[in-house]
Amino acid sequence: MNGLRIPILKVENILVASIQVALHDASAIQFKDDLLQKIFETRAHGVIIDLTALDLVDSFIGRMIADIAAMAGLMGTRVVLTGLQPAVAITLVELGLELPNVLTALNLEKGLDLLRQQTTDDDDEVQEATGYVVPE
Amino acid sequence: MSSQNEVTVIRSDLDIVTARSTARDIAKSLGFGAVDQARIATAVSELARNIFLYADSGKVTCRSIERNGRKGIEIEFDDQGPGINNVDEVMRDGYTTSRGMGMGLPGARRLMDEFEIQSTVGVGTTIICRKWRT
Repeated sequence: MNGLRIPILKVENILVASIQVALHDASAIQFKDDLLQKIFETRAHGVIIDLTALDLVDSFIGRMIADIAAMAGLMGTRVVLTGLQPAVAITLVELGLELPNVLTALNLEKGLDLLRQQTTDDDDEVQEATGYVVPE
Repeated sequence: MSSQNEVTVIRSDLDIVTARSTARDIAKSLGFGAVDQARIATAVSELARNIFLYADSGKVTCRSIERNGRKGIEIEFDDQGPGINNVDEVMRDGYTTSRGMGMGLPGARRLMDEFEIQSTVGVGTTIICRKWRT
């Protein structure tokens, strides 16, 4: 009954997970664990969680996303949330849920741009600090 | 006054998903728009999760209602759980137990038009909330 796993794809050094089904609590926790493990294994620079297909984000899912962002941040990986439907965004704010530390973008494409931009900025900073060019 | 009841028994986290999609389906059939459907389904998710977390089991009843020519949805949450000692306190924003985020009850109230809560320690809790079509 708990066989639901959300596929996590890797594009360049970015992980992409698109949540397509209504998550129940156990599958949400499974997703968090899977994603963090995948970040560790792939040393991804960024993660995109795409919620285009999700018509509801309650406080449980919201907390899970906030947790993932905080945990991924500790591992040096940025999390971008993309594709929030208007109704979901409205409900989240009315519910009182804030997602600090979570970057957002309108859609997957803009999310990828944002992460690529951030990665380039990071490399520039390292270069400025050390004088070395970070190898790709 | 009201149509037939759609009852969802809450025993596991999977039942929370069932309860909220039942509420959404009824809201949709009553002509609620996408944003109100999301508000209603999210409120049901929060309150049904409270049943699951604090009372272990209970039930969620959804029904369509009509008052003064306006259509609406009424959702009742019943449990025989431990009850709430201080209702005013849990209705305050930011009140939280170790398992919650402190937005379950006040958040659900903001998403709905009407919200009534009755709780007796050792007996259980009943919450009735309504949303009217604009």
